[in-house]
Amino acid sequence: MELTGAQALIKSLETKGVEVIFGLPGGAILPVYDPIIDSSIRHILVRHEQGAGHAAEGYAQVTGRPGGAMVTSGPGATNIVTPLADAYMDSIPLVVITGQVASGAIGTDAFQEVDTTGITMGVTKHNWLVTDAEDIPTVIAEAFHVATTGRPGPVLVDFPKDIANAKMNWHWPDSIDLPGYRPESAPDLKAIAAAVELIRAAERPVLYVGGGMVKSDAAPALLELVALTGIPVVTTLMARGAFPDSHALHLGMPGMHGSYTAVTAMQRADLLVALGSRFDDRVTGKVSAFAPDAKVIHVDIDRAEHGKVRRPDVAIAADCRLATEALVEQLRAAPDPGAPARLAPWVAQVSAMKARFPFTYDKPSAESGSVKPQFVVEQLREANDEETILVSGVGQHQMWAAQHWRFEQPRTWVNSGGLGTMGFAVPAAIGAKVGRPDRTVWAVDGDGCFQMTAQELVTASAERIPVKIAILNNAYLGMVRQWQHMFYEERYSEVYLSPDLPDYVRWAEAMGCVGLRVTEPEEVMPAIDKANSIDDRPVVIDFRTDSMEQVYPMVAAGASNDDIIVHPSQRHLER
Amino acid sequence: MRATEAPARLHHLVTLKVENKAGVLVRVAGLFARRGFNIFSLAVAPTADERFSRISIVVDVESAPLQQILDQLNKLIPVVEITELHPAHALEAELLLATLEVPAEALAEFEGRCSDYGARIADRSSTALTVMLAAEPGELDRFESELGRFVIHELQRTGRIGLPKLTAAR
Repeated sequence: MELTGAQALIKSLETKGVEVIFGLPGGAILPVYDPIIDSSIRHILVRHEQGAGHAAEGYAQVTGRPGGAMVTSGPGATNIVTPLADAYMDSIPLVVITGQVASGAIGTDAFQEVDTTGITMGVTKHNWLVTDAEDIPTVIAEAFHVATTGRPGPVLVDFPKDIANAKMNWHWPDSIDLPGYRPESAPDLKAIAAAVELIRAAERPVLYVGGGMVKSDAAPALLELVALTGIPVVTTLMARGAFPDSHALHLGMPGMHGSYTAVTAMQRADLLVALGSRFDDRVTGKVSAFAPDAKVIHVDIDRAEHGKVRRPDVAIAADCRLATEALVEQLRAAPDPGAPARLAPWVAQVSAMKARFPFTYDKPSAESGSVKPQFVVEQLREANDEETILVSGVGQHQMWAAQHWRFEQPRTWVNSGGLGTMGFAVPAAIGAKVGRPDRTVWAVDGDGCFQMTAQELVTASAERIPVKIAILNNAYLGMVRQWQHMFYEERYSEVYLSPDLPDYVRWAEAMGCVGLRVTEPEEVMPAIDKANSIDDRPVVIDFRTDSMEQVYPMVAAGASNDDIIVHPSQRHLER
Repeated sequence: MRATEAPARLHHLVTLKVENKAGVLVRVAGLFARRGFNIFSLAVAPTADERFSRISIVVDVESAPLQQILDQLNKLIPVVEITELHPAHALEAELLLATLEVPAEALAEFEGRCSDYGARIADRSSTALTVMLAAEPGELDRFESELGRFVIHELQRTGRIGLPKLTAAR
C-alpha cells in the first residue's frame, strides 16, 4: 500500500492506539493535518502550543497512556519545549510530533526553522529527525516504545515537510531494534533479599513513596506491603494518591511544605525504603543533614538515580510494582512475628506526632472576614468524592491543594512537580478531563498561574470539555511573596497582581465558561455546588482569598529538615 | 605549556560503542555539559562494523562519581555499550603531530631523539619539519616537553583511545 508520509504518520499513530492528539497546525506540519480529517483520532485544537503539551501531560497522568501532541516547526516547536521539560522532570510519557522545514532547507535559516532536535535534546528521553518516509512507522513505533517503557518520559519526532509529502510503502515493523536501549524490569531477587534483611532489622523504618509507584501502578502492592510490615508511609508530591491519606500509617507528604510528621519521621528513621522516589532537593532539604541515621533501600527503574543524591545500602533497579511485589513475596515467605513489637514504639511515636501536628491555619477573624485558601480546598474536598481528579498549578495554592485535599486513589492528582511550571493547571485539567470524561476534574489554580494559560479555556468551551477551575485569587505571586516576607524583610518586589485586574468572571464568560465570584466564607460551598451542577461547559470560580496567608510548615531552602518551621499556633508544642 | 598528563587517580578512559547516526556525538557531549561532568579528551572514529562508531572519552572523575557518569551515559538510547578502563588496566595511545623549527646544527641530535621515541619525521621544508608520534600519553607528554626547546609552529594531539590490557586482572 502506497501512502504519503503524512498518511503514514497518522496511520502509525492509529496503529499505536492513539485516540486523541492536542495540537495546533502551521506551515511545516500542514500536510499532516490533511489526513487527520479522515482519521479516527480526535484532534483537539489548542490556542497555544504550550497548552497542547500540558494537556497531553494531564491526559497521560490520569490514563497511564502516552499523551500525544502535534505542532508546527519554529515557534510551534519552541512553545512546546516547556511541557517537554515538565514531562521530562516528572517522567510523563509524551509523544510530540513537530513539523520541520523541508530536508533541503534545513540549515538555511528557512522560515520558521529552528534546530528542534538540538533544542529539545536535554528535555526529552530521546528524539528523532525523520530523514526518509520509509522510516516513519519504525520511528513512531520506537518513539512510543521509548516513551512508555523503563522510566517513562517525553520523546519528540521532528518531521520535515518534504517527508510528509513523499510516497512510501506502508509496512509496520515486527520488532523494535534499539540495541542501546534495555530498560530494567524485574528485580534482582538477591537485592530483594538484602532489602528484606534491612527491613527485618529496622526499628524506625519509613516507606518513602514517589511518583514511580503511581507510574508503575504499584498502589495495590504498596497496600499489601504496609499491611504485611506495618511500616509508616510518606508520599511525595508526585505520589499523592499512591497510598490512601485515610490510612492510619500514612504520615503525609514530606518536603519543604510537607507535614511535620512526614519530614520528622524521615529525619529520625533508621531505614528509608525509597520506592520510585529520587531524593529531590525539595524533599531532602540540606542533603548532608537528611535522614542522618537511615540506611537506604532505593528502588528505581532508572539506575542513574541510585547514588545520584544519596548512596543506597541496597539498590534495586527494577519496575517499582514488580519490586514491591517481590518484597511482599519474600517477606510473606518467612514471617517475622517480632515485627509488631519491634515497630510498636516507632509507630506510637509517629502517630502521636501526627495527632499533635496536623496541617492547620488560622480561622478567618471578624475583622479580616476573608476567605482562607485552605478553607476553599477543604470545602472542595468535602463537596467532591475520592474519584475526583484534582489538578494544580505551581505555588502556594499547589501546596495547599497537596496538603488539604484527601487523596485516596492513584492518578487523581495532576501537578507539575519537578519543573514547577506556572500555568500548568488549566491545560492539564483539560487533558485530564479528555482522558477521564467520566470523572469530575477540578483545578485549583493561582491567579498568577491562571493568567499564563487561561486561553485554553476557549479550547475547553469549544470542545465541550467541562473542567472546573478554582482560582485562589490572593492578588499576588503568593509563593514569591512568602519568600520575600520570610527572607527579604518583607520587601515585596514585583509580586503584586491585583485582585480584579483582570476581572476573572468576565474573562471566564468571554471564553464561554460560567464565571462565579466568591468573597465571603459562607459563599464558598454554594459556589462549589453550583459549579458541580454544571456539566455542559467549563466553570471558573474567582475565590478572593486572604492575601497574607503563608504555607506552613516550611523548611527554608538549603536548611536542614530538622529546622522545619511549623505553623505559629503549633510552635509551643513539644517536638 | 599545557599540563597534558592526566593524573591517574582522577581520570578514567570510557569507551562508548554508539549507533552510527547523526547527532550522537552531540548527545554525548551535551550530556556531559548538562550534568556538569568534565571531559578531559575525546576521540571518535568508525568501527569495523559500519553500524557503530566508537567514542573514547577521558573523563574527570573528580567532577562527578564515575558510576553516575556511566549510568547517565547508559541512558542515551544510541549508546550501545560502555567500557570503562581504569588507568592501571588500560593500554592507551594517542597521536601527536607537531610542526617546528629545528636549527641545522641540532638536526642530527633531534633525529636521534625521534628515533629513540619511535617518532617519524613526516614532512620537511627548508625551514621547518613535521614530526609524528603515536604512543602512550605519558610518553607523548615527555616527547612534547623535549620539543619545547624549539620554535613550535603548531602542535596537535588527538585525545586518547584505549583497549584493556590483555594481562590485566579485572
